[in-house]
Amino acid sequence: MNETPHHRPRTLAEKVWDAHLVAKGENGEPDLLYIDLHLVHEVTSPQAFDGLRMAGRPVRRPDLTIATEDHNTPTLAIDKPIVEPTSRIQIETLRANAKEFGIRLHSLGDIEQGIVHVVGPQLGLTQPGITVVCGDSHTSTHGAFGAMAFGIGTSEVEHVLATQTLPLQPFKTMAITVEGELKPGVTAKDIILAVIAKIGTGGGQGYVLEYRGSAIRALSMDGRMTICNMSIEAGARAGMVAPDETTYAYLKGRAHAPEGADWDAAVAYWNTLATDDDAVFDAEVFLDANELEPFVTWGTNPGQGISLSQSVPDPATIIDANERAAAERALEYMDLTPGTPMKQIPVDVVFMGSCTNSRLDDLRAFASIIKGQKKAEGVDVIVVPGSARVRLEAEAEGIDKIVEAFGAEWRFAGCSMCLGMNPDQLQPGQRCASTSNRNFEGRQGKGGRTHLVSPLVAASTAIRGTLSSVSDLMADGIEVDPRFSTIEGATV
Amino acid sequence: MEKVSTITGVAVPFRRSNVDTDQIIPAVFLKRVTKTGYDDALFSAWRQDPEFILNRPEYANPRILIAGSDFGTGSSREHAVWALRDFGFAAVISPKFADIFRGNAGKQGLLVGVVDEATVETLWTELEANPGMDATVDLVERTVSVGNITVPFEIDDYTRWRLLEGLDDIGLTLRDEQAITDFEARRESWRPTTLPTR
Repeated sequence: MNETPHHRPRTLAEKVWDAHLVAKGENGEPDLLYIDLHLVHEVTSPQAFDGLRMAGRPVRRPDLTIATEDHNTPTLAIDKPIVEPTSRIQIETLRANAKEFGIRLHSLGDIEQGIVHVVGPQLGLTQPGITVVCGDSHTSTHGAFGAMAFGIGTSEVEHVLATQTLPLQPFKTMAITVEGELKPGVTAKDIILAVIAKIGTGGGQGYVLEYRGSAIRALSMDGRMTICNMSIEAGARAGMVAPDETTYAYLKGRAHAPEGADWDAAVAYWNTLATDDDAVFDAEVFLDANELEPFVTWGTNPGQGISLSQSVPDPATIIDANERAAAERALEYMDLTPGTPMKQIPVDVVFMGSCTNSRLDDLRAFASIIKGQKKAEGVDVIVVPGSARVRLEAEAEGIDKIVEAFGAEWRFAGCSMCLGMNPDQLQPGQRCASTSNRNFEGRQGKGGRTHLVSPLVAASTAIRGTLSSVSDLMADGIEVDPRFSTIEGATV
Repeated sequence: MEKVSTITGVAVPFRRSNVDTDQIIPAVFLKRVTKTGYDDALFSAWRQDPEFILNRPEYANPRILIAGSDFGTGSSREHAVWALRDFGFAAVISPKFADIFRGNAGKQGLLVGVVDEATVETLWTELEANPGMDATVDLVERTVSVGNITVPFEIDDYTRWRLLEGLDDIGLTLRDEQAITDFEARRESWRPTTLPTR
């Protein structure tokens, strides 16, 4: 009864929340939380800046704010003016606003330009225990560092620009524990697709998810980012992984990571963040990593997924009437017949990219499979690095040459075909194996059909022309490195 | 946000109910990058009709819209409030507003007052008999006056207080500015900053 809040066992999420309380909400009012890092891009910021101008308000902390151009940027001919007027205006507006309000901006052509959720981590700005917001739902990505990261709307963007705080309602906590060892060819993407299929697209609503267990600990930071990135597809407020030696090794030496005595102080603090042993989660979910197989979606939401070795499900076997109707609609849109083995489904396009899977590890994994191979005839394959820096790092390892020799396109950085705000879009009826995060109707282009997959499945599919796993390549007699990582340093 | 207490100006008897936000501002205008300059977008489809009430000279420069029931239904777009504001409206009176619209209005300083159906009819009749007549909306007294008629309207205490004080969401938070400044003073020096560029 005499316990103070700080002696109460707490989860990682609760510790980060408590450390950022500016004012505790009373009588059902939200808490006011301090925001350590505000990431800005061209789509959701224009009206926020306009609101500041109208009210005569400055940006409170330009030094905690950073902008990049990603959603609308072309991935070809980046030196030419942008053709589509809406895209061009949004980017020009961001440039003018950044200048007027004194905000650091990484424009097209700059080495740090790229998908906002790739840029923050690569600069070392995303750190354990901080709060991160961005006018983009995939901000949950940054939780991989043990940060608390939320996607927000345009009015909230304005609020953070003006006050560096955000009123937020309290959350519930959910532990997602993944124990065991992933089989070769199974990746972080397969873990998160399996999680979403298990708890559903609304299963995380109101929760901050914490990913735990030996399978999560074994992942690289790029893999952890893939998992946290898709927390929003389960409806969660955020997703997090406690920081550890893997996190620190990733951060050390990055441009904005602490140095010297600051580094030591930071690590000492970061080491206190992990969930206390006796802390209690509001909900718990368990997954056996040993049982997981490469995963793929068959429908039009990220929860409609199954193991690649299975067949298109029959809606008639679904008991819940709403879900059954949704599955029927999804199969009609996807032009799929129940009972068809997933591996017999041919694709027209393979998209390797997006804030889910466009980092160096992802590109290495993809390249390790396609190296020395030729893409299937009639399949378009585009590879879009997450940032200009990732692109250069990949080129230094020869990945661009592997991609081009394979017959695929090596593009410039951006969100690209994940949402088709730039010219990278599916044509009506085209089917795509995509390493992105949303298989919604029309997301990748009007009438386009999306199957969400891992980089390894994307690569195998690009070789075989039908949805495929690495083990299918091996069965074909195609030589694959046992670790599926012929490139130095690859961690799949 | 400017403080609102008394609004006086041309009142428009808007004999329409179920005015949804797609009518207030069609989706085609949502691609813009500004938060102002939507005056041309307001009721843009209806304004194609030369007889539409807002095209009539006696209702030039209107300030107060007296509308039918269920005003602002449909899409959540904040642009609907921006368009009304940019056209010059400072208050909308109706027997019933959609929840999201009412919330958006409060955040942008657009006063929305509720009166019953019979009262709206009374106001319409008086305004139609005297086209272009001024009305006064008194937020302190919570009344609408047209000619010799003065009637009460409803608005919740919290929204009324915010309007009288001129507080938007940001303004409300900035009442805690000292707490924000105190927090910043406690913040560890090794926390990341984006500037200077490293």
